[in-house]
Amino acid sequence: MRYTFVKSKPSRSFPEDDAFFCAQSEPDTAEIVIFSGARFKPDHAKAAILIELLNECLGEHIDDQESTSINVLGFARYRNGHDKPSNLVELVRHANTSEKAVAAAREMFAAAGFEVVVCSDQAGRIIDRLVIPKYNAALRFLDEGLASQADMDLTCKLGLGYPDGPIERVVRGGLANHYHASKALFEAYGTSAFAPPRRASVAYRRDKTRG
Amino acid sequence: MGAGIALVAARAGFATVCFDRSGDGLEKAARQSAGFLDKSVARGKLDSAKRDQVLTSMSQTTRIEDLADCDLVIEAVFEDLAAKRELLGRLDAVCAEDTIFASNTSTLSITEIASGSKRPERAVGMHFCLPAQLMKLIEMSPGILTSDDTFKTAWQWTEACGQTPVKTQDKPGFILNALLVPFNNDAIRAVEAGVAEPADIDRAIKAGLGYKMGPLELIDLIGLDTQVRLCEAFYPITLDPRAATPPLLRRMVAAGLLGRKSGRGFFTYEGNSMFGA
Repeated sequence: MRYTFVKSKPSRSFPEDDAFFCAQSEPDTAEIVIFSGARFKPDHAKAAILIELLNECLGEHIDDQESTSINVLGFARYRNGHDKPSNLVELVRHANTSEKAVAAAREMFAAAGFEVVVCSDQAGRIIDRLVIPKYNAALRFLDEGLASQADMDLTCKLGLGYPDGPIERVVRGGLANHYHASKALFEAYGTSAFAPPRRASVAYRRDKTRG
Repeated sequence: MGAGIALVAARAGFATVCFDRSGDGLEKAARQSAGFLDKSVARGKLDSAKRDQVLTSMSQTTRIEDLADCDLVIEAVFEDLAAKRELLGRLDAVCAEDTIFASNTSTLSITEIASGSKRPERAVGMHFCLPAQLMKLIEMSPGILTSDDTFKTAWQWTEACGQTPVKTQDKPGFILNALLVPFNNDAIRAVEAGVAEPADIDRAIKAGLGYKMGPLELIDLIGLDTQVRLCEAFYPITLDPRAATPPLLRRMVAAGLLGRKSGRGFFTYEGNSMFGA
């Protein structure tokens, strides 16, 4: 499946030196167009039109009731803050996305070796929706003195077989990044589990103060 | 769980008395322990002399009086505060003044359990992970009245057993379950909210975070009914909305979908095979 990128700024999912980005085709021959930062343009002739998402919903880019949107999907390659992008691509379909477009997008990413999952257009997609409340709880527990950071991380690694602990993961990815992701979901869902925890808010304000 | 903990102690060379009110329960646990040790020998992880030594270190009794000489008693009875408090009261009458009482509770307060004893300063939380004979982690929690000496002695005992203790406050779920139970509930709510199919949710978590098992597969393994019981233990004491039983979970349990043990939960199972993921 041939694809091409239309970018107006660096992609969070596919940096300039990423193999998938480098393997794109000429625009004229592409069957799939991937918009990253750039304003998306509908094109019925393409197998799929993909819009890279950050913390926002796909619905912020398109009106899913319009007939021109049936081949449009959102996507994000999961990435923990500053960490390198993972091998997971979350494909976001809206209510009227065609099965054909989903299949084309899935085929393209799978052929490049990515693990592909499909989710509906909800804030946080799958991973952020599930892990942000957990990381927020862990940061809150740390503030409350439940255990030391080292013991909390070790517990998750030894007790649950996680490759890294929740605190070390959030700190490595950047507490300020976590603040932004958490804030976006808090605004979307309005539940306290998504409210940015103290440590992330402080880190964000510290970065802002320091410029 | 008690059998696994007894194996940890006996393997470290401690004379270990296994107490249960049910003789049948003791026999079953002894058979399981012997089976585990035999498998360890067959896999080359244990020599047969050590297996015999471990088995010799273990004895079984249905008489609580036989615990009189124990320096440390680890209770692993079901998660019922009244039952645990009553047990500690009975142990008071049997054991020496300096015997340490450890509780393997995963959800209850150590301080509340310790209040069943007239010597709460000798009580400590010692939460093993399943399967205890394989998992190194132990969450160690002092109650409000636990003495430093008790905590230190219990900590050193876990290290002498080759385990890895971590210290937590006496709070519901300690670290492990306080993070895991709400996280698993969130995954169930994501299914209910139509975020994605169960298989995609688990695949995302494994591929994105490097977890060995997805949350829904894990719930199927521990049992959906067990997850309900965990929620019912946590929510009333934490009032954390994430700890409340998700409606979908309750409906699935009502429908008899209990996970692996019933052949169907979020996924379908036949023998050791899983379908739907």
